[in-house]
Amino acid sequence: MATNQEDIKATADIVAPTEVDPTAANTANYFEVATFGEYVKSSIAKVKGGDSGILPVLVGLVIIAIIFQSLNSNFLSAGNLINLLSQGAAYILLSLGEIYALLLGEIDLSIGYVAGVAGIVMAQLASAQHNWPWWAAIIVALIVATAIGALQGTIITRVGLPSFVVTLAGLLGWQGVMLIILGNGGTLPISSNVLNDLANGSLNTVATVISIVAIVAIYAIVVMTREVKRKKKALHRAPASLAYIKIGGAVIGGAVLILISNTNRGVLVPIRGLPWVVLIVVAFVVMWTILLSKTRYGRYIYAVGGNAEAARRGGINLARVRTGAFALASLTAGVAGIIYASRLRSVSTSLDGGTLVLYAVAAAVIGGTSLFGGKGKPIHAILGGIVIAGIDNGMGLLGISAAARLVVTALVLLAAVLIDALARRSRTAR
Amino acid sequence: MDQGGQMATNNSSGALLELRGVSKHFGPVQSLTDVNMSAPSGMVTALVGDNGAGKSTLVKCIAGIHSPDDGGHIFFDGKEVSMKSPKDAASLGIETVYQDLALCDNLDIVQNMFLGREKRRGLFLDEDAMENAAKETLASLSVTTIRSIRQPVASLSGGQRQAVAVAKAVMWNAKLVIMDEPTAALGVAQTKMVLGLVRTLADRGLGVIIISHNMNDVFKVADRIAVLRLGKMVAEDRADKFDRQIIVDLMTTGVSTRARSEDALSGAEGGAH
Repeated sequence: MATNQEDIKATADIVAPTEVDPTAANTANYFEVATFGEYVKSSIAKVKGGDSGILPVLVGLVIIAIIFQSLNSNFLSAGNLINLLSQGAAYILLSLGEIYALLLGEIDLSIGYVAGVAGIVMAQLASAQHNWPWWAAIIVALIVATAIGALQGTIITRVGLPSFVVTLAGLLGWQGVMLIILGNGGTLPISSNVLNDLANGSLNTVATVISIVAIVAIYAIVVMTREVKRKKKALHRAPASLAYIKIGGAVIGGAVLILISNTNRGVLVPIRGLPWVVLIVVAFVVMWTILLSKTRYGRYIYAVGGNAEAARRGGINLARVRTGAFALASLTAGVAGIIYASRLRSVSTSLDGGTLVLYAVAAAVIGGTSLFGGKGKPIHAILGGIVIAGIDNGMGLLGISAAARLVVTALVLLAAVLIDALARRSRTAR
Repeated sequence: MDQGGQMATNNSSGALLELRGVSKHFGPVQSLTDVNMSAPSGMVTALVGDNGAGKSTLVKCIAGIHSPDDGGHIFFDGKEVSMKSPKDAASLGIETVYQDLALCDNLDIVQNMFLGREKRRGLFLDEDAMENAAKETLASLSVTTIRSIRQPVASLSGGQRQAVAVAKAVMWNAKLVIMDEPTAALGVAQTKMVLGLVRTLADRGLGVIIISHNMNDVFKVADRIAVLRLGKMVAEDRADKFDRQIIVDLMTTGVSTRARSEDALSGAEGGAH
């Protein structure tokens, strides 16, 4: 509130409007280039002021790592961390999909079973009975998932029904479809090696080093070119030290990932290398980040979630944006379903799409995505997904019952929603 | 109203916007009846009237949100126009700043100013070009209180938000800017800033129509005043032909018997001179 008073004071001595002061344009440069210290301060102010971002979840991850490592020294072992990443991949991908619905201020409850349906389509087509090539099976499965999302999105936007109800019907309906195809207690095994390797295979050690170094290098180049360009053109930018910290973090993260990937984690035979699934998750996070932050369509998703009326007056076709978002959510869920099936080397009726989707929502919210629309990033899905997988995995290592794990996950989710709600309240109070 | 004889003279008056005999009904409700109004370039025209007088409906007809009933004419820049959507109005150079400002709190200033009309380079957004254009527009309006153009609109004060909304309207080479209650819910200093902004727009040669309940603001900033009552234009003339009491009379009863009342009454037929 103190800032508001400053604003009022500042507006009091605005340039006399009748004469346009040529120096006025020079005094207001409209970009802050703060020092790093000021940036940290303003970040903390942002958290207090309603834009929590990824700071809380990063703190949460560190706390989780410290607690579980002190209780069981296996938690931060290379094998367990890699295990955790591939365990969490399906949640992270589902959560990535859910973010599209959450950004609109909507929810999609169906994506857990949409993932199941996609897994079934893929497994069926690739089975000995149909014998399609693996890539064709994947493409068709993803098309089916996207079509389901587009259908549900069309019902939601054109008929004007609440997304909660339409996708709840989807949750029930697609589970039914799964049961019909699989039969009672049925299991559909996957025999294709490629499909099974999606979630279970790894790169060799050399390819691991090359791919991670390449990813970190590209990231560093992108960050640096942007920094240099914006500096040259005197555009708004964060302090330069932040760019170095980002790059430094990526280099350290990449080095750690190479180290833990290439440490032997096999028990009987040596297993080394980065799991394929990590690359798949990274690829989708990068793709959706670019879509959301660099394209018109992505901008419109944020605008519709932030203020649909403003977006409509701006000439944005709300129905198209919303339907597209639900289709993208289902497409991403389809990828999650394929990974899930690949990890189990089969699709069975034991797939619990209801729990999966709630974990996906939880992961997105824990990661910093708002339930109220307009605020969230793909990176939140990764961080939130790792928190959930970490709690699950850590408590599993300690031999704590599944019941207790559910309670702890619930408390973490509650804490995350609480942060979001408090942040939102302080934002609207302005 | 004897609009037939007036048409020629009003067109030759060269006002930026001319309404001739505009009516609008919603079902059985007649919101506007035979409204004549003009808004010249370089002047601030205040549109006043009691609640339900039809101010918003009239503005929405000009902004392309409602299409007026058959029989009315809208002239813009000397040509008769018919607008089917806000996009049509925008392409003519008519921009509206609504009372709720229509800003997305979660987006920053640049993103809001370009909402729905983003610049692109290839497939991707051209953030640099947008940021520069937004910066120039804000600077040209002498808006100096905004620290960073990349801060979310949620963090701005009421006056700053109004300034962003106005800048957003002006950036698209607007010729006519319509503002709906721009000073409602603002403090003294912020009101002063926004009225300064309104004046700046008119001084740059734009036509400005401002809807306001606040007589202080109207007399501070308006060059011309148009009074609506129950869907009819009861007076329209230069601001110095009115005083506060006359306007209140006109708004409530449609006539004023006070001094200068003859000007007020004939104002219904007169355009800008």
